[in-house]
Amino acid sequence: MINKKVANVDAALNGVKDNMTFMLGGFGLSGIPENAIAKLVKLGVHGLTCISNNAGVDDFGLGLLLQKKQIKKMISSYVGENDEFERQMLSGELDVELIPQGTLAERCRAAQAGFPAIYTPAGYGTEVSEGKETREFDGKMYVLEHAFKADFAFVKAWKGDAAGNLIFKGTARNFNPVMCGAAKITVAEVEELVPLGELDPNQIHIPGIFVQRIFQGERYEKRIEQRTVRSRG
Amino acid sequence: MLDKIGIAKRIAKEVQDGYYVNLGIGIPTLVANYVREDIEVEFQSENGVLGMGPFPFEGEEDADVINAGKQTITALPGASFFDSALSFSMIRGQHVDLTILGAMEVAENGDIANWKIPGRMVKGMGGAMDLVASAENIIVAMMHTNKKGESKLLKKCTLPLTGVGCVKRIVTNLAVLEVTAVGFKLLERAPGVSVDDIKNATEGTLIIDGDIPEMQF
Repeated sequence: MINKKVANVDAALNGVKDNMTFMLGGFGLSGIPENAIAKLVKLGVHGLTCISNNAGVDDFGLGLLLQKKQIKKMISSYVGENDEFERQMLSGELDVELIPQGTLAERCRAAQAGFPAIYTPAGYGTEVSEGKETREFDGKMYVLEHAFKADFAFVKAWKGDAAGNLIFKGTARNFNPVMCGAAKITVAEVEELVPLGELDPNQIHIPGIFVQRIFQGERYEKRIEQRTVRSRG
Repeated sequence: MLDKIGIAKRIAKEVQDGYYVNLGIGIPTLVANYVREDIEVEFQSENGVLGMGPFPFEGEEDADVINAGKQTITALPGASFFDSALSFSMIRGQHVDLTILGAMEVAENGDIANWKIPGRMVKGMGGAMDLVASAENIIVAMMHTNKKGESKLLKKCTLPLTGVGCVKRIVTNLAVLEVTAVGFKLLERAPGVSVDDIKNATEGTLIIDGDIPEMQF
């Protein structure tokens, strides 16, 4: 077993510097790497480029980094839940690249899988495809989208072991698996770091080869963004 | 004239047995409540669930089980969870049979705009560009006019596009229309709405062929 376990979030984020590019898993506030984000706020690194589907809310998730103006550029698909984000974007303080959600996922996956670029129909004929190479296949138009290049990927899983194997839960899976191995260093934080051998190899979502560092996360808030319920009876 | 629930009810009639359906945020989400109970349909949410069920009972909300609108939901028996790349493989690979989404503007050639108002509102396209570029079968749920009474069914979209030539069918508070090579073809009128009402509310080319029936529910 090649040991990926590190003692804590401090060790997990060793080497993080100003002006780096990070991938961060999560959809809305579901499945976000809460411990890594909190540590990035404490470290005070700035000039960051963040690749993340959303930008958190004003006081949680990536919103915490935005408040401190640590982020220079966001690459996201949807940022509607964050007033501070919208303010920084409209005032020009924050550089924002909005891209289709499936393209965001596939540019991560391309980096993970060793493809330099992929063709997608998404965004053809819109401002998303402006300045990009396009090509026709079987009568339909596609846009060439390049694999991301990132220094760190911060992902969050439900369970993991010292070998770096990961299992996700529910829709908290989202972008986390496709970011594993898509950056130079992948840091996984887990709700439960279980003893080696406890995870069934048949049930592993991401094999440890895609993960460089894994640690037991602490004090997960797992905030719900839109609490919707139905009445009984 | 229909309200939002009426639009959802009319669109629900388009959902057929055996369909995998992706519902957008807003009116489309309501469609799930009105699909016939004697058919089998599975709802996909692009954040990574197929077989999405209703909202949970109070006290059973799970932060790890949400839909694309970030609302807490449940998963039905037979449901599955998956990552974002696989989710969009279902969409781009045309495994999802029907996409229902909202729009700010639709043009008579099937162009759609629903993600950005320059200088004012920039929330992002989310999965909408992937959905409209890929789906064979797209129904748009929208109000026929904006709050000022101006038509949202146009000759040409004025807002930044989400997709080109992709919308097939539109259900509004006034009408059901089909996008054809020559313009918006009027198929049905909402209850109490005349053909002239629809004409007046449509800036794009409107094709009226014979008697236009009233919607049936």
